[in-house]
Amino acid sequence: MSAPEALLPDALLPDALLPDALLKVAALTHLYGRRVGCRDVGFALWPGEVMGVVGESGSGKTTLLHCLSGMLAPSAGTVHYRTRTEGWQDIHRLPEARRRLLMRTDWGIVHQNPRDGLRLGVSAGANIGERLLAGGVRHYGRVRAEAEAWLGEVEIDRARLDDLPSRFSGGMLQRLQIARNLVTRPRLIFMDEPTGGLDVSVQARLLDLLRGLVRDLGLAAVIVTHDLAVVRLLAHRLMVMKEGAVVESGLTDQVLDDPRHPYTQLLVASVLQG
Amino acid sequence: MTAAAPQPGLAGYNFAYLDEQTKRMIRRAILKAVAIPGYQVPFASREMPLSYGWGTGGVQLTAALIGPDDVLKVIDQGADDTTNAVSIRKFFATTTGVATTTRTAAATLIQTRHRIPETPLADGQIMVFQVPIPEPLRWLERREVESRRMHALEDYGVMYVKLYEDIVRHGKIATAYDYPVMVNQRYVMAPSPIPKFDNPKLDRSPALMLFGAGREKRIYALPPYTAVKSLDFEDHPFEVQSWSQACALCGATDSYLDEIITDDRGGRMFVCSDTDHCRQRTTAEGNSR
Amino acid sequence: MPAMIEVAGLTKSFTLHGQGGVRIPVFAGLGLSVAAGECLALDGPSGSGKSTLLRSLYANYRPDAGAIRVRHGDGVVDMMTAPPHQILAVRRATIGYVSQFLRVIPRVPALAVVAEPLRVLGVELAVAERRAARLLARLRIPERLWTLAPATFSGGEQQRINLARGFIAGSPILLLDEPTASLDHANRLTVIELICAAKQAGTAVVGIFHDREVRDAVADRVFDMSRARDAA
Repeated sequence: MSAPEALLPDALLPDALLPDALLKVAALTHLYGRRVGCRDVGFALWPGEVMGVVGESGSGKTTLLHCLSGMLAPSAGTVHYRTRTEGWQDIHRLPEARRRLLMRTDWGIVHQNPRDGLRLGVSAGANIGERLLAGGVRHYGRVRAEAEAWLGEVEIDRARLDDLPSRFSGGMLQRLQIARNLVTRPRLIFMDEPTGGLDVSVQARLLDLLRGLVRDLGLAAVIVTHDLAVVRLLAHRLMVMKEGAVVESGLTDQVLDDPRHPYTQLLVASVLQG
Repeated sequence: MTAAAPQPGLAGYNFAYLDEQTKRMIRRAILKAVAIPGYQVPFASREMPLSYGWGTGGVQLTAALIGPDDVLKVIDQGADDTTNAVSIRKFFATTTGVATTTRTAAATLIQTRHRIPETPLADGQIMVFQVPIPEPLRWLERREVESRRMHALEDYGVMYVKLYEDIVRHGKIATAYDYPVMVNQRYVMAPSPIPKFDNPKLDRSPALMLFGAGREKRIYALPPYTAVKSLDFEDHPFEVQSWSQACALCGATDSYLDEIITDDRGGRMFVCSDTDHCRQRTTAEGNSR
Repeated sequence: MPAMIEVAGLTKSFTLHGQGGVRIPVFAGLGLSVAAGECLALDGPSGSGKSTLLRSLYANYRPDAGAIRVRHGDGVVDMMTAPPHQILAVRRATIGYVSQFLRVIPRVPALAVVAEPLRVLGVELAVAERRAARLLARLRIPERLWTLAPATFSGGEQQRINLARGFIAGSPILLLDEPTASLDHANRLTVIELICAAKQAGTAVVGIFHDREVRDAVADRVFDMSRARDAA
């Protein structure tokens, strides 16, 4: 079974494409009193994979994202993350200092509203450099050079390095937020409606950028959105949530092209044909 | 604390104005602050007979510490003779009857607003600082709960973001007073609004340094010989202010100078901010002549 | 010849919950096998489930029962039971799929769209784009279009972009859904050449070819959908 041309280096043979999982989630449940936030969610995520989570407002997807990213302690269930040096760790049992360290080095969190994830009162460079400074880099010149490089990576003019983000457009703010997260080379990114509130053309550019970054950096990501077009373009896999529970999951194209659950069928049928 | 013996001071008031229970509460806070250098200990700050912002935190510390044998010095931005210093000195002289002095070397207890004396401090001396804003992260993180958590987790990235931003805007770290320090490699601390010129004097000082914020209800401390490092970058190291001229009165070239406007035509002179230091030097010169 | 794809007992139906839960059977108990270097043409009238079968082989559709065993590297993966990340790995390295319609991000230029399957395998940008350019040239896509997003291209151009994307990685298995439907004669011949070259190199091909000329040129065997269709 040789390919028409020997294109694949040995390191890319199929086995090398299946590294260990990065995130394992089991029976994750969060209750707000007697109201269900999310219920009995389980999945594993591998490096380089993007998991989309869709569902209407109130379906529990944001609660799930908060539980996954360590921002909210679940009522039951576990979230295990494979750390670089200490193997699998239940992130909700880690001491808070360790969890925070993880969150600002190995993970990234991209908020729907970039204003929640940025410091608007300091320059773009300072925003990108913050994680490095928090990590103990004490050299102004190095932090600045790194910030400038990342500004270029997210396609923002490097001349804007010292500008305040309050003068940036919505799309630029979102890209700045992404750069701010990527500067520590994280392995896992959580995104809450990353394209929400952006113009369609700006959305496309952002999605394209995200796709390239995910591919080139081998990132794993969990993306919460209500926009099926976003997951179609960005997510390899998909979970459909309704009333706190995952009603259907699979590869994104499986779920969207061959939906089985009545709710998923309704969701897919409700999309306006472009 | 023996209330039975007749004590010097103002009739009808307790020694040093505060009641003994309150002093005990404050001393407990001081002990905790000394045990955890740089950590802000909450305390039940009392109403004092002066307004917030005039040194209520420092006054409560001094009141809890002062004994009949102490010799008290009070300075305000280096001067013994400004309103704030005079009032507080008089307050304690009246309510305790202890000896007061303007000489740094003669004092056992020095309450200060925004300066550290030029004369090196010695073993056994106590400095009490008046602190308006004890939280060094206040201007960067408004939520108190969050800033306390940042201290707990040593999450000080934002502090360096501020310094980074200073260099972006001004080409150098522009903070000139209340310049944040790292205490004992653990807590970032606001040294109160002393000029950064005084920061090096905090490092491994033989004196006990206590900081009191009355309105904010916080006490923190630097026990003697604690390592105190001013935050900086490798390529933008911490520097103190310097002047191109000497003190117009005593000729000192190594003290913190105030600019004094002498007339309406732009005349000005630079003199020592530490009045005692300046007087010691001029007197010594006079004696030697 | 080792089988590259082995299908047994495959059953697929659709249940439309929005329309009172009506169940539409497509095929049942379907079995087939394709060897390396072999091309199997699916045959049957429109609506007989050819596309559904092809999509099931790619694990795009999820059949109700049966097995789809695919040779992947040194092992065999059952696309019916494999976990999602393994199906993704099979798609990356083993199965190329050319659908009738192109689905891409609006802003991405044609050259990058075609190079993408190589890029996800970790092939360097310059190498991937060089190979993409060769394929585009061979399929007669004018060079001035390479840097444009294919969303605005004509149907025929989009189909050729799709073909180039499907052929670029040299996948051991190729699934082709009417690959020449909107192509002119010259391009049909090129596609025949591409398919034959792939077969020569050992690729197993399963395709739907409405075009007789193409089918006769590439297919080794024809699979008749009617039996599995009638069983459903």
